[in-house]
Amino acid sequence: MEELIIIAVTLIVTYITGSVIEKNHYKSIKQREIALIRKPIVSYGIKEWNSKRKIRSVELVTGEVVVGVGYFKAFVANLKNLFGGRLTSIESVLDRGRREAILRMREKAIGANFIINTRIDTVMLNDLGGKSSDPQCAIIASGTAITYE
Amino acid sequence: MILTNIESVPGYKILAQYGLVSGSTVRAKNFVLDFGAGIKNTFGGELKSYTELLMESRKEAVNRMKEQAQMMGANAIINVRFATSAVTAGAAEVYAYGTAVKVEPVEG
Repeated sequence: MEELIIIAVTLIVTYITGSVIEKNHYKSIKQREIALIRKPIVSYGIKEWNSKRKIRSVELVTGEVVVGVGYFKAFVANLKNLFGGRLTSIESVLDRGRREAILRMREKAIGANFIINTRIDTVMLNDLGGKSSDPQCAIIASGTAITYE
Repeated sequence: MILTNIESVPGYKILAQYGLVSGSTVRAKNFVLDFGAGIKNTFGGELKSYTELLMESRKEAVNRMKEQAQMMGANAIINVRFATSAVTAGAAEVYAYGTAVKVEPVEG
């Protein structure tokens, strides 16, 4: 009985903290995306560079982030996993993480004109159902920043 | 040393290529920070200490790759890719690999 109460309290507390953290994170992501709207253009596929303009520098830029899923979201995902379907609680965490990683990459290359061939690499550090702790995802975004003369 | 993740270096031409170079690191934080991150993870949100760990590992992997390329006599690495994998809880591997080449600026 006591164990059930502890689980219920943890669920309620982590539901509140998790949604507050997520809301604030989305707010900051949106603000920073708007601030960067006229800064380096990001492309995901271009591999060759054909332009007459002189290039001053070419460099590899990266952005990394580790986001924790949280007890409540992991609990909901585990339940939903039994029945199948979309795991919306995990989707939002991955979406936040990827956008954050791309933003960090762009903020590092603030003076550049283009970032081309952006790649995103994701790994879940603890799988769902792992006993040790709740899952976290580690994300590295990388791209080539090109600055004109 | 110029690094790119495309198949050329814009504004330069490739003179010679030396093949694959790579670097990897496996890093873990100490158990005190693991404990702190575990608590943070329960509530959700970014885990700053693990983000720093990931950044350090990425730098270290890239540095090892660069050293290897320098020994070969290359001055650029093209097509750099990153791969990450989870070893155990709190430890992550970062692997960076690319092709070492010698480049020269294009005249005009």
